[in-house]
Amino acid sequence: MADAQTTIVEGHEEIPHLQHHFDDPEQQFNSSQMGMWVFLLTEIMFFGGMFGAYTVYRAMYPGAFASTRHHMDTALGAINTMVLLCSSLTMVLAVRSAQLGRKKPLLSFIGITVFFGLIFLFIKGLEYYHKYVEHLIPGYGFQYPQQAYFHPAQILFCLYFVMTGFHALHMIIGIGLMTWLFIKAKNDTFTPEYYTPVEICGLYWHFVDIVWIFLFPLLYLIGLHLPG
Amino acid sequence: MSTVAAVHEPRAEERENYLNANYGWKSWLFTTDHKRIAILYIVSITLFFFIGGFFALLMRLELATPQGDLVSSDTYNKLFTMHGIIMVFFFLVPSIPATLGNFLIPLMVGAKDLAFPRINLLSWYIYIIGGIFAISAIAMGGVDTGWTFYTPFSSTYSTTFVVAAAAGIFIAGFSSILTGLNFIVTIHKMRAPGMTWGRLPLFVWSHYATSLIQILGTPVIAITLALLGLERIFHIGIFDPSIGGDPILFQHLFWFYSHPAVYIMILPGMGVISEIVPCFSRKRIFGYNFVAASSIAIAVLGFLVWGHHLFVTGQSMYASLMFSILSMVVAVPSAIKVFNWTATMWRGSISYQTPMLYAFGFIGLFTIGGLTGVFLATLPIDVHLTDTYFVIAHFHYVMVGGMVMAYLGGMHFWWPKITGKLYPEGWAKFGALIVFVGFNLTFFPQFILGYQGMPRRYHAYAPEFQVLNVMSSAGASILGVGYLIPFIYLLWSLKYGKPAGKNPFGAKGLEWTTYSPPPTFNFDEQPVMREEAYAYGEKEEVVG
Amino acid sequence: MGEFQLFPEAASVGATQVDHLYWFLCAVGIVFTALIFLCVFIFAIKYRRKSEDEIPHHVEGSMKLEIVWSVIPFLIMLVMFFWGAKVYFTNYTPPPNALDIYVTGKQWMWKVQYPGGQREINELHVPINRPVKLTLASEDVIHSFYVPAFRLKRDVVPGRFNTEWFTATKPGRYHLFCAEYCGTEHSGMIGWVTVMEPADYQNWLAGGGATGSMAQQGSQLFQQLGCSTCHLQDEQGRCPILKGVYGSRVLLDDGRTVLADDAYVRESILNPNAKIVAGFKPDIMPTFQGQVSEEQLLQLIVYVKSLAVKPNSPMSAAQTGSSEGMHRTGGVNAPSQAAGGNEITTQPARESAFQQIHRRMTKPEGKPEEKK
Repeated sequence: MADAQTTIVEGHEEIPHLQHHFDDPEQQFNSSQMGMWVFLLTEIMFFGGMFGAYTVYRAMYPGAFASTRHHMDTALGAINTMVLLCSSLTMVLAVRSAQLGRKKPLLSFIGITVFFGLIFLFIKGLEYYHKYVEHLIPGYGFQYPQQAYFHPAQILFCLYFVMTGFHALHMIIGIGLMTWLFIKAKNDTFTPEYYTPVEICGLYWHFVDIVWIFLFPLLYLIGLHLPG
Repeated sequence: MSTVAAVHEPRAEERENYLNANYGWKSWLFTTDHKRIAILYIVSITLFFFIGGFFALLMRLELATPQGDLVSSDTYNKLFTMHGIIMVFFFLVPSIPATLGNFLIPLMVGAKDLAFPRINLLSWYIYIIGGIFAISAIAMGGVDTGWTFYTPFSSTYSTTFVVAAAAGIFIAGFSSILTGLNFIVTIHKMRAPGMTWGRLPLFVWSHYATSLIQILGTPVIAITLALLGLERIFHIGIFDPSIGGDPILFQHLFWFYSHPAVYIMILPGMGVISEIVPCFSRKRIFGYNFVAASSIAIAVLGFLVWGHHLFVTGQSMYASLMFSILSMVVAVPSAIKVFNWTATMWRGSISYQTPMLYAFGFIGLFTIGGLTGVFLATLPIDVHLTDTYFVIAHFHYVMVGGMVMAYLGGMHFWWPKITGKLYPEGWAKFGALIVFVGFNLTFFPQFILGYQGMPRRYHAYAPEFQVLNVMSSAGASILGVGYLIPFIYLLWSLKYGKPAGKNPFGAKGLEWTTYSPPPTFNFDEQPVMREEAYAYGEKEEVVG
Repeated sequence: MGEFQLFPEAASVGATQVDHLYWFLCAVGIVFTALIFLCVFIFAIKYRRKSEDEIPHHVEGSMKLEIVWSVIPFLIMLVMFFWGAKVYFTNYTPPPNALDIYVTGKQWMWKVQYPGGQREINELHVPINRPVKLTLASEDVIHSFYVPAFRLKRDVVPGRFNTEWFTATKPGRYHLFCAEYCGTEHSGMIGWVTVMEPADYQNWLAGGGATGSMAQQGSQLFQQLGCSTCHLQDEQGRCPILKGVYGSRVLLDDGRTVLADDAYVRESILNPNAKIVAGFKPDIMPTFQGQVSEEQLLQLIVYVKSLAVKPNSPMSAAQTGSSEGMHRTGGVNAPSQAAGGNEITTQPARESAFQQIHRRMTKPEGKPEEKK
């Protein structure tokens, strides 16, 4: 019986990162990559529900939604957009470094990506603080200067917090993943033959970035073309 | 060593298999073997089935009399809510995929395990945590919103533990997503040499389609319940009409998942039937390509019909017309399957063993359930019948008469493979008969009750509905006994059942080429698929 | 109540149409069910395994058969769809001469208001052979107004109006059930619909309405809430005068035109800034959310509706629900309603809001200020 088992896992001892149920490293890499893409599909559907709710309410209350532009930190949001785009660049460079087996650049780029992520969260925190000070948190003494738009604006701010909140949650998870990657990279886990976790965490990070690219115009740039 | 005929394989106890490879609770709770994880799931979903079933029995007991005299209104409302939540999210959605699917898919495609074994184990833990939240909601006092959680009742008016129940479902949803993800990658990337898409067992095709629905639909219910929870906790009004929120938006978001979810709750069962019927007709499935394609068609079309749950909400007439015609179109692939199964039996060699009896039951009852679905897709009929017992009868015919019978049929079919034991055939046939009789007596009268106008979720009802309700309650008690019978003899067989060989039913499929129970890594040697699927009968050289 | 009935009474025009369609569906269903059951049964017996090593003839499949048994069921379902769509279409939009009755659902009772001011709880009285349109409003959660004998239900959704209509054909008393789960006493939210011969109905109507017709009650509310200071006559031009508005098309400040129907009036009261009439400013009318109940909203709507016609015309009598008006159907002043009900009325005598605004805007003095 022992022989039968070795027949199956023969050759796996030479490749430490190859899991027992995969035939070869290529199958393992492709499977992991496909797995992450499928997961990202589910994330699209998750955020899609929120975007759906946003679409419905914006169609119902266009005036109220446009009026919220006076209360959004558009400048901070724009900075955050740039921050995330840069972090995606550094992430790509990290993956490239891993592919080429360059440990130092890999560590640097992961570190910078984390740094950008933290800046994003810090700025987001600032925004939330501003909302708190201006009484724009639904359910906590929400006030709105244009009384006429009070209720639909509250809905918009609900959506603002839910959408940016879930996005921020995904960012936090992303930073956690990056930290884990950093530690593993430091311990020489990754080689040009095996850098799958870097690749798939990179995919995740890019996805979180893309969600923001959609969130930013929908929440921060509505009605900017209107006078006043 | 057996001293009887030389054809017998070494006895199961002497050979290492996935059950005796390791002992101890740690080897089970930290396993990454898909077969052990399947067993973990079998135990948990059986537990939830009996909890949900207990609530149903209490409901049917109450409904034997027109007055609400057994339990209070609030208690009754909690009973039907918890029955629905447990049965839908904690029994039916995981049922066949997490048990039979987990166990069989690697075997059927010729792999050593699923693509992501640790994620598989994680999915079970997530399911258990979700279940703990749901049970806590019950223990703390229950939920009374109906499993559909319509707002504003659930967001503003209900005083029960909505958030705990919603959290449980939210968490269990991740389990469903991870299972689907695992299956999709496995089926794409880990098929054995020679196992082309066109040779995959139809069980695998139907689980592939189910997995597509799981990954695309479940996140939407997740965000919907998250929004509901946030509304309840923070009193923010997304669905609150008094501040301009839209309760109908909740329904759209809810049903966008929950309608495809019902296809999660039938496609795996169809896959089981597609395995059983060829085996016990000893004949290749009729129309393989059509049955495979129909699974994908159901998954895709299933996402386009959710609005048929909103026909009477004041939805636009034109939207209703679109959803009505699409709901009829989605019935066509299901009909194709029924016809193909029947045609498989034509000129076959039919054996009446228990799995096949369950398959007969499935074909008949699913036909009735599916046809009554077309009734409900017909607009003016739905205006009368929606929210009545007709709908309840319809979905129990497909979910219980269909899926649960397929689950039982599949459990019996693969029981020898999973456990290495045979169950007592006489008792098994008897159990199948009791289930069939009990089921029809319970639910057929409900079609009539529905057309008579008895609304659903009614604790007390008009006296003229009593006769049919008594019939239904009598049927429920028979059905309950019917479910206990297999539970008892299957457990009995674990210790006292005759040992099964590799292939007691003479079935085709890679899972039957390995030992019963299989070794931890499934096969002694890498299997190679050299023939078409369901190659019963003469050896086929030509591709069909 | 002991007699067993397979179907409830069919007490409306629509009910009979639904029943006929249902018979067709049952027939098709029985045929296909029997077909499958018989095939399975017969095949199971005819082809039962006779010996252990028996191997049947291999059959691959048949494209022709697959097409046949896909297309035929689909065609049958198309028949069901079109027949169903026709019945649905016919019963969706109320005819213009329908008798209006207003229903408010709240946990856990039905409150019915008649234009003449009669009120009922959990009871609805309607005349035979006359289209009746129910306007449904909810005070709290979603309910559903279900009359099995009419094969009819419509959800009652908070925050909006839904309507359903029927023409009752058989005198009698029929069940009314709430059909959308709404909490503890959902199964107790039931009542009766009584269909009466026209003469009986008149007698019944004469018995109630002590507090005045709905339009009169609405008029009182209109005064009490201060609406009349702006909306009946207003030299300052702060707000649209409501005479003649109901049923007309209104031009809004963003260029859209909307029909001034029940939903428009309701929204204007609860969320005035959602739609601003062209030529007027936002933020002037306060919201009355929370200050008026659903029933009061309906009374106000009936009142505003009554401003659409000259007093003493046939339609105004019908609208205000006095018994003389009962026998007249339609009338020259009735707004016509095609599918979706958005045709413009033909009433040159009264000035629509749009004409009113146009007149004001072209007047040299008192011109509204420029919009910012």
